[in-house]
Amino acid sequence: MELVVHFRAAVALLGRFPALAGIDLDVAQGQIVLLRGPNGAGKTTFLRACAGLVPVVEGEAEVLGCDLRRNPRGVRGRVGLLGHGTGLYDDLTVGENVRFWGRAARAEAADVASALALLGLDGRLRDVAVNKLSAGQRRRTSLACLLARRPALWLLDEPHAGMDAAARDQVDSLVRQAVAQGATVIFSSHESDRATALADRVVEIAGGVAVGPDLKVAADVA
Amino acid sequence: MSDPTDSIDPFDGASVPAHTGSALTRVLGLSALAALVVWALYGLVWSPPDREMGDLVRLLYVHVPVAILFYAGAGITTAASLLWLRGRTPGWDALAVAGAELGVVFGALTLLTGSIWGKPTWNTFWTWDARLTSTALLEVLLIGYLAVRRVDPSPAGGSVRASILGLLLFPNVIIVHFSVDWWRSLHQPATVTRLDPTIEGDMLVALMVGMLAGALVFAWLLVHRFRVAWLEQQVERHDLDAAVAARRAEGGLSPSTSTSTSEAQPA
Amino acid sequence: MWRDAALVAERDLRVELRSRVAINQVAPFALLVLVLFAFALDPDTGVLASATAGLYWLVVLFSALLAVSRSTSIDEVDGIRDALRLSGLAPAGVFLGKVAAVAAQLLLLEVVLVVAVAVLYDPELGGFPLMIATMLAATVAVASTGVLYGAVVSGVRVRDTLLPVLLLPVLAPVLIGATKAFETAFGAEGLHGWGWCGLVSFFAVVYLVAGSLAYGALLEG
Repeated sequence: MELVVHFRAAVALLGRFPALAGIDLDVAQGQIVLLRGPNGAGKTTFLRACAGLVPVVEGEAEVLGCDLRRNPRGVRGRVGLLGHGTGLYDDLTVGENVRFWGRAARAEAADVASALALLGLDGRLRDVAVNKLSAGQRRRTSLACLLARRPALWLLDEPHAGMDAAARDQVDSLVRQAVAQGATVIFSSHESDRATALADRVVEIAGGVAVGPDLKVAADVA
Repeated sequence: MSDPTDSIDPFDGASVPAHTGSALTRVLGLSALAALVVWALYGLVWSPPDREMGDLVRLLYVHVPVAILFYAGAGITTAASLLWLRGRTPGWDALAVAGAELGVVFGALTLLTGSIWGKPTWNTFWTWDARLTSTALLEVLLIGYLAVRRVDPSPAGGSVRASILGLLLFPNVIIVHFSVDWWRSLHQPATVTRLDPTIEGDMLVALMVGMLAGALVFAWLLVHRFRVAWLEQQVERHDLDAAVAARRAEGGLSPSTSTSTSEAQPA
Repeated sequence: MWRDAALVAERDLRVELRSRVAINQVAPFALLVLVLFAFALDPDTGVLASATAGLYWLVVLFSALLAVSRSTSIDEVDGIRDALRLSGLAPAGVFLGKVAAVAAQLLLLEVVLVVAVAVLYDPELGGFPLMIATMLAATVAVASTGVLYGAVVSGVRVRDTLLPVLLLPVLAPVLIGATKAFETAFGAEGLHGWGWCGLVSFFAVVYLVAGSLAYGALLEG
């Protein structure tokens, strides 16, 4: 099985601060990997580094066959990042946001429509401005923008945060669906039980590196 | 992991100074001093007063070289910004900031000497003379460049923003100069804006010596300032290794990054 | 790239339609400054009428500062910059789209201001082809310079105080050129209005190209 993510002794800088201090982490295609660890450990930076947004200054870093040290932009079109910020235009409606980001990524109109539907956003909510939504609804909208693009690698930073139980179930089923269709998912979470249940592997991150052996390996990994 | 005693060559081959003084700066400094002395002698004593301007022409021996060096500083900033953007070699960034700071200093001198010259001539400290006005605008552009460098918390971010501004100095200089010149020429007959008297003989020598002295002082300052900037970058670089070790210690790991921990579990 | 530009322009204009910043804030500001000039320059002496061209373009410049600031802030929201970098949009396209949106808003404002100035200052208007050409050229020049410099100071705490310091000296030639062109249009002699209009157009082209090339580097930071 090919490696979707390959990091070896990778150092990544935020300004002058080494947020990733020599991390080793490999992820194969089709895996669902949970990153756990204290705040400030580097989980968010790792996810952003996989998207080519944070420069890796030492070590090896390859995502989807693209060398992040030499060509960080090469991976951009094929990964989807759900970050802390919403990445949404507050004055525009849910539908307008998803349509804009979808069209920007050259997504099919059908994918945009189904993304809205899968997240329950194609009804009344579609024409509501983002600045009138709750935090959980905004998160779902951001997820819809990601979903419409059908990326090969999903990078989710605390995807369950701010959502009610029904929405969290929705997220979980979407992740499983995406993996069934060939995607790979790396996510970070503070939600112990649900997150561990969803993941195939659990990796502990501290001090900018992955600590110790995997805390969980699923009995059979699809 | 790189050896901490490695130093980065700013230009792939330049030597590593332990401090910013060297044989080069001593030669430059001494010849600058000598040239300044000769310049003062020529400017104040040996050259005759101008037919029309009298002793006021002596100010031009300062004003003209200083103005040319102002443009030289801006030009260095522009060229260094372009080269930095293409290769991201830190040395060019250091040169760009050195050029800009010198440009600001020499620009202020240009405006000062220009104003002082203007007072006795036209009885006013500021005339909307084309060259002075252009210089004032460009001085503000350079000050803006220096302001932008400091504005971004991440070191590379400030350099990217500033280098774009540095690049734009080139078209800005040309457009501003040309348009202000044209603008003033619409309203003033040519003779009144004349800042250049006919210069010949000893006066020409005084001017040339002034150029030489100014250039030497400029070069001396540039070398020192560049080295200071480059040493600052060196310090940042060496700090990185210590920072990585401290970061790893947060997680209870050894400082070295050679041990591999988790690996993919193939299906 | 053009497709991306159209996408971004439509987005920015749609945001403006929803938030109505230009209509509610920038336009009243511009009209207010026009009125303040009249207070400062006593309408009866004829100074206002003869200085109309320069005052007009001053107001446009100040309003442009607000419009550019607003355009820049749209993309500073948390997470938008990451999303733009990941989106696959060509940076040059994003730049051109934003320029188109700002230019459209400024043009609309300029038309309103022409009417206002005609009413308030009572100048001798004329030479409409030159006026329109100048308005188009100057608007593109101001918009492209503004969006580029807006990106240079984007995301920084002191953005709103730094932007005028950077932008106004650079736009001085545009102010001179547009004013001279308008004065020629209004009937002044010997000012080479079309030449100045050409200079402003050249300026606009330079900054359109410069911005298209530099925007990507600025996005990446």
